[in-house]
Amino acid sequence: MLLTGKTAIVTGGSRGIGRAVALALAKAGANVAIIYAGNTAAAEETKQLVQDQGVQVLALQCDVADETAVTDMVKTVKDQFGSVDILVNNAGITRDGLLMRMKAADWQDVLDTNLTGVYHCTKAVSKLMMKQRHGAIVNLSSVVGETGNAGQANYAAAKAGILGFTKAVAKELASRNIRVNAVAPGYVETDMTAVLTEAAREEMLRSIPLGRAATAEDVAQAVLFLVSDASSYITGQVLNVDGGMVM
Amino acid sequence: MSEEATFEKVKSIVVEQLGVDEKEVKMDAAYIDDLGADSLDIVELIMAFEEEFNIEIPDDVAEKIKTVKDTVEYIEKEKKA
Repeated sequence: MLLTGKTAIVTGGSRGIGRAVALALAKAGANVAIIYAGNTAAAEETKQLVQDQGVQVLALQCDVADETAVTDMVKTVKDQFGSVDILVNNAGITRDGLLMRMKAADWQDVLDTNLTGVYHCTKAVSKLMMKQRHGAIVNLSSVVGETGNAGQANYAAAKAGILGFTKAVAKELASRNIRVNAVAPGYVETDMTAVLTEAAREEMLRSIPLGRAATAEDVAQAVLFLVSDASSYITGQVLNVDGGMVM
Repeated sequence: MSEEATFEKVKSIVVEQLGVDEKEVKMDAAYIDDLGADSLDIVELIMAFEEEFNIEIPDDVAEKIKTVKDTVEYIEKEKKA
């Protein structure tokens, strides 16, 4: 199989896109470490689904915004599986609100988890990948990071930040055969978007040429491509999985 | 630890990190010009020295460490401090 014998870390792996990614990588033969913030029930459920694919699995609670916790988490995965070949930075939160009403804490929380978390995880894992002389990292951005979205200044800033980070690190690590790419999903049906109003949902669907929302599985397949050797000559790129929203 | 022992330890780290022959790692060897290191190798070397000798090498010092001799001298100085 595509990823047999490889080890993958998927942050935000208990639900939504993260769960679909964990499952897709497991189906391709990778051992998976599911990193989750707090929803133990969801993490256990995902762990079972991954285990059913016949691969090894770990579920670890870790706040990606906490540098020490991330260092410990990566060490635990390395000790358990022997290597870390794949990192999918998927953990993300939203604290939506118009700028005029956005509290500094809501700005900071989103930046800490969605952008600084990517920095912590990538830094910790890149040390191992540099020694291994191979690795694939995929960062989950968003079309919102490219186009902006009213009510999401914090989220859009973090997601745009991920794109710059991805390209800079892709350049830094390329000589060690470590590829770094980003996936920018459009409108995906997950818990995160379930809170949108019906009007907002219809508005969104009208702006999608393919005329439907993405499933988490649509996004997971793009991630699978970018972490596999099928994309071995691709680095520093942004792959939109958005039904044509942004062209 | 004597300067000689420090040199031997530095040498073994350099051999492992850069994959060069032990004979090439002389006191006056420069990492980039003589041993074929690139900027990422230097970062990894500095981190390995910090770990092995339990010292901190600040960025402004790290920039000036070009040769094996620079490394051994800095470590010796830190140990006495």
